Amino acid sequence: MSDMAAESNTPAELPRAKTDWLPLVLIPALALLALPFVGSPSTWVTLTVAGLAMGMMIFLMASGLTLVFGLMDIINFGHGVFISLGAYATLLVLGPLAGWAQADSLGLNLALLLLCILAAMLVTGLVGAVFERVIVRPVYGSHLKQILVTMGGLIVTEQLIHAIWGASPIPIPLPQSLRGAFVFGDIVMERYRVVAVVIGIAVFLGMELLLNRTRIGLLIRAGVENPEMVEALGYRIRRLFVSVFIAGSALAGLGGVMWAFYRQTLTAGMGMEVMVLVFIVIIIGGLGSITGCFVGSLLVALVANYVGFIEPKLALISNILVMALVLIWRPQGLFPVARR
Amino acid sequence: MTEPLLQLSGVHTHIGPYHILHGVDFAIPSGQLTMLLGRNGAGKTTTLRTIMGLWQASSGQIRFDGKDITSASTPDIARAGIGYVPEAMGIFTDLTVRENIVLAARSGPVDKNRLDWILGLFPALKRFWNLPAGNLSGGQKQMLAIARAIAEPRRLLLIDEPTKGLAPVMVRSMIEAFKALKAAGETILLVEQNFYAASALGDNVVVMDDGRIVHSGAMSELVADKALQQRLLGLSLDAHQ
Repeated sequence: MSDMAAESNTPAELPRAKTDWLPLVLIPALALLALPFVGSPSTWVTLTVAGLAMGMMIFLMASGLTLVFGLMDIINFGHGVFISLGAYATLLVLGPLAGWAQADSLGLNLALLLLCILAAMLVTGLVGAVFERVIVRPVYGSHLKQILVTMGGLIVTEQLIHAIWGASPIPIPLPQSLRGAFVFGDIVMERYRVVAVVIGIAVFLGMELLLNRTRIGLLIRAGVENPEMVEALGYRIRRLFVSVFIAGSALAGLGGVMWAFYRQTLTAGMGMEVMVLVFIVIIIGGLGSITGCFVGSLLVALVANYVGFIEPKLALISNILVMALVLIWRPQGLFPVARR
Repeated sequence: MTEPLLQLSGVHTHIGPYHILHGVDFAIPSGQLTMLLGRNGAGKTTTLRTIMGLWQASSGQIRFDGKDITSASTPDIARAGIGYVPEAMGIFTDLTVRENIVLAARSGPVDKNRLDWILGLFPALKRFWNLPAGNLSGGQKQMLAIARAIAEPRRLLLIDEPTKGLAPVMVRSMIEAFKALKAAGETILLVEQNFYAASALGDNVVVMDDGRIVHSGAMSELVADKALQQRLLGLSLDAHQ
């Protein structure tokens, strides 16, 4: 990247930054630890793939919120409605292109999924811009007001969803080629979950590239830590705030599409239902950290899957238990971001 | 007589209910290093933050290069050519040293010759080039803060207490760096508590007390007049050597 040209101006033998590998090792360590308890390797692979897919969907839904919280210091309790709105936006595509969902063509089915994602990101991005301008901007700097006002925004937008699409749950079909499962001997992997893993990894890598290899990414990372200094360097942080809020809303919309096809049912409250999980993930990961959000999502989803299989009675508290253990180990989260 | 690069006229600043600056007037001539002195709480940091637009002046006027910047936003003031190094340094500790400097060069890649010059002023930064800035010592962070402020040519540098809390050896290297910046023709407004450092660097001096300017003139006059030092600062240069 041209902005990084300064790098070439210095000797090559200079030391590199150390990567904090320890939290990254948690995921394979957890998976290996679960293997003897699960017993059957094929069941273990099935649970692991399902957990990874669930983790990716949680990551897609949570990544926008961690950026918004980290950069703007905004507690957006209304984030869940962007997940719902993204899910409902699929209807804008599924209505006119219903035939594509039924077609026995992987290309058409994936194109349909892609169009649903684009429509959802567009709708939630636009609504996010309005939400930031009308609801969030007047309460910058006041967490209590943010909680109240964004909750209000959530309720109003949920009611708008009811007014537009009705209050009854709406079933949505998975595209034909994404139904069913890949079966390798005793191992069963649902096709849609594999697609969710691929999309989750692609979004994560894209965000990592954006944040670490571009000037806008540098600005976001710097803004998370010290927005005042970013302004003193001549950058208009307000525009960055708005852009990040729109991007965060659009990412929630993307997560909403994936979550909708996973549930195959739309309800206005579906976003709000996962918000507890989303908040757990961004707290575990470290507020403002995309890598933390990614690792936290996988951790929470894998633990839920393994515990749900090994000791179902503990499944309900497993997420809280993970959060407590992580915060005892690292009180600022797995990848703490320096704060102003 | 040429117009000064920066001119403050009757500037008042309130922070919440507190009236901090009471009609501050002074001028910064181009190409010179002006020291802003005063005891703790005199209003030096508030003055710098008011110039940068981080706190808005409640009345008065700030003119930079002939233009009124009193109500301008902080990014616009920075874009007009004012570099700022806050007292807390404002280093982005999660970013590497390289990324801190890259970010400060708004117009694109840092010019190679300028980067060589900056790293010549602060050679310690080379060793930590690709490491997070949070790993640096206090003195190295201060070097990075100043290096970042000069990553691109600026018309004026505002630097708040760069030697605060630094070891004597680090203070000496900082003084050498400022001498080099002066020699390069930079215009600098430097807030400093260390009168020894101030007297070694300043062309001009402005002294504040209780949010007001109580003295301004040539640094050589203040250095030569021990009674004036005592009266304005409550100390003499001898005490700092």
